[in-house]
Amino acid sequence: MSLASPTGTPAGRSLMEGSEALVRAAIAAGCRFFAGYPMTPFTEVLEHFARLLPDAGGVCVNAESELEAVGMAWGALATGARAATGSTGQGLSLMQESFSEITLAELPLVIFNMARGQQDYYQATRGGGHGDYRHIVLAPQDVAEGVELVQLAFHLADKWRNPVLIYGDYLLAHTQESISVERIDFAEPLPPKTWAVDGSTSGSGRSKSVTPLGVAKHGQPAMGQEGKAQYGATKIPFMEREVRSESEWLDDAETVIVAFGSPAKFVKYAIKQLRAAGHRIGYVRPITLWPFPYEAVAAAARGPHVQRVGSFELCAGQMIDDVRIGVAGAAPVHFIGGVSTDGSGFGVGRILDVEQVTARVLALHQGVEQPTVPGYETFGYEIQPHQMEPTR
Amino acid sequence: MSTTSANPTPLGAVLNTTRAPTGARVVEPLLPDLLLTQEHQMCPGCGEPLAVRCYLDVLAELGVANRSIAVAGIGCYTSFSGTIDLDLVQALHGRAPSVATGVKRMLPDSIVMTLQGDGDMVNEGLQEVLHTAARGESITVVLLNNGVFGETGGHMTATSVIGQRTKNSLDGRDPSYHGYPILIGDLIAQLQGAAYVARGSVHNAGAVARTKKMFRRAFEAQINREGFSFVEVLTMCPTGWFIPTREGPQYMTETLGEVHIMGELKVDGRVHTTEEIHAENVARQTEIEAQLARGGLDTEG
Repeated sequence: MSLASPTGTPAGRSLMEGSEALVRAAIAAGCRFFAGYPMTPFTEVLEHFARLLPDAGGVCVNAESELEAVGMAWGALATGARAATGSTGQGLSLMQESFSEITLAELPLVIFNMARGQQDYYQATRGGGHGDYRHIVLAPQDVAEGVELVQLAFHLADKWRNPVLIYGDYLLAHTQESISVERIDFAEPLPPKTWAVDGSTSGSGRSKSVTPLGVAKHGQPAMGQEGKAQYGATKIPFMEREVRSESEWLDDAETVIVAFGSPAKFVKYAIKQLRAAGHRIGYVRPITLWPFPYEAVAAAARGPHVQRVGSFELCAGQMIDDVRIGVAGAAPVHFIGGVSTDGSGFGVGRILDVEQVTARVLALHQGVEQPTVPGYETFGYEIQPHQMEPTR
Repeated sequence: MSTTSANPTPLGAVLNTTRAPTGARVVEPLLPDLLLTQEHQMCPGCGEPLAVRCYLDVLAELGVANRSIAVAGIGCYTSFSGTIDLDLVQALHGRAPSVATGVKRMLPDSIVMTLQGDGDMVNEGLQEVLHTAARGESITVVLLNNGVFGETGGHMTATSVIGQRTKNSLDGRDPSYHGYPILIGDLIAQLQGAAYVARGSVHNAGAVARTKKMFRRAFEAQINREGFSFVEVLTMCPTGWFIPTREGPQYMTETLGEVHIMGELKVDGRVHTTEEIHAENVARQTEIEAQLARGGLDTEG
């Protein structure tokens, strides 16, 4: 089956919007159900699912809210189908209660977050929901990697019976790239979904239930809610094995930059230019935000020449906490990103610019003050006289 | 509203179930259809086990049990998820209609029903049930309406009637302070996607028989892909109403039953108003009384 754009040759590449490529990758991975609610910059993901899923034998429901969307995906997953939902971080906030319980119910949900900048790092990796749970979070740097990671997301979700989140942004969703969407066959086999319900065991005395509550059918051993939570907790260390990252130029690096997603591609380019000018800088790019590549960051920070580590993020600084945990005091850790705005509200804005990124990386490398984030001179908080000293 | 019984009798004399009556013997073991055990975890006098039995019986009678999937909300009735012999998906409080939508869209030939209470559906999940009905999802949504949050211990819900005493409306529901109850069945009947809407109860044998007919029509609507079907069942909750167990049926008819009028609210696309249903009920009762006056009830119907 060809999943390339109708405008391209079936086996070849074609110019395709990121959203469409991600959706075609999801369908190639066997996704047959999607429910979502429009929200920029996620909306086009919903549009392409609505357009493409029916022809693939699937269903896309235009949910009346994010609450309905995640509930519908929950039901579809319980039948054993590959299913997904998504939004921007704002919409995902509304879904958090269901995310918590879907994880306890061990349903392999795939979540698309076309985020407004990188402000949803905590939401993605710490979760906004209640209880002990982790979601595997994959952060593609561009559309080509997104096509691979979306398919990996469905595979990992089934492998671990655990939600997997794709962390994208405006650039990922809207950049047109020359893309060929090919189905990836992962080498490892997945077990059959014997837990899925289809009604066929109803009335047999062996009916099934898909539940986050730890309630079992009469006569079967029941975990109870705490037991279910313990079960989930003991699964987490095994899922941590799925950690992925990319790093380069660490052997001689004096400065190490950590960045993820679309901004990481800018950071990599900036560092390449700076290295050509003789600056010894390397980088680590987390591909999984959870599990975070602590060991890769630790190894980078312990390099023989490393003097400092920088965290470049398009937010107030969230991933920097994980960078600090990874560095574990081996080098000072600095925040060199910021909340980026061009007035669009999409959170990519004026920092995501080669000159800006290069200037920030170089300032850290040379030990000089960071350039002001564009817009901070207008919007930056001015401390008030009564706030100058901490309360004793 | 008065609920005192005219002739109080010690409860033990009425409800001593600790041993079989003198002379009783087991004729044959009784395990109702689609139940894994005869036991349930509800309080004495609760109407929910009766309501659940009603729809399980109908599923078995229709011969569609082996393609039926239940989606349960959160409330006392959640414990039925372990005792009913149906494939089941546990949903969050209020979200069962959306979860059922996902199930049905992936398995269009299955029979999908939700099981929700009034707190779950009319408080927490009002938008979910309305949107699902408006979408005309081919599922059967079941509301167990006792006008109270039973599981938390007797608190006001969106269906509690004016004057109803609960733990957070101690002097009775006052419309100027607590607002008015939602007649959810009447609301859903107005939506174009709803094919069949009915409100029954389980407070006596006649009501149980009538409610089973409602379930049959609702499931038939789903089987025939007519659209969304909805059955509301008024259930007794003596514990949550803070009344003696055996007064449950009478309290129910005098309070909830006077506001949430029992009957078929939408059949074959025609909406029946509360006034119409009430008039039908009065006529039916008048007829029954006339038959009794003539010496006995007609058997059919």
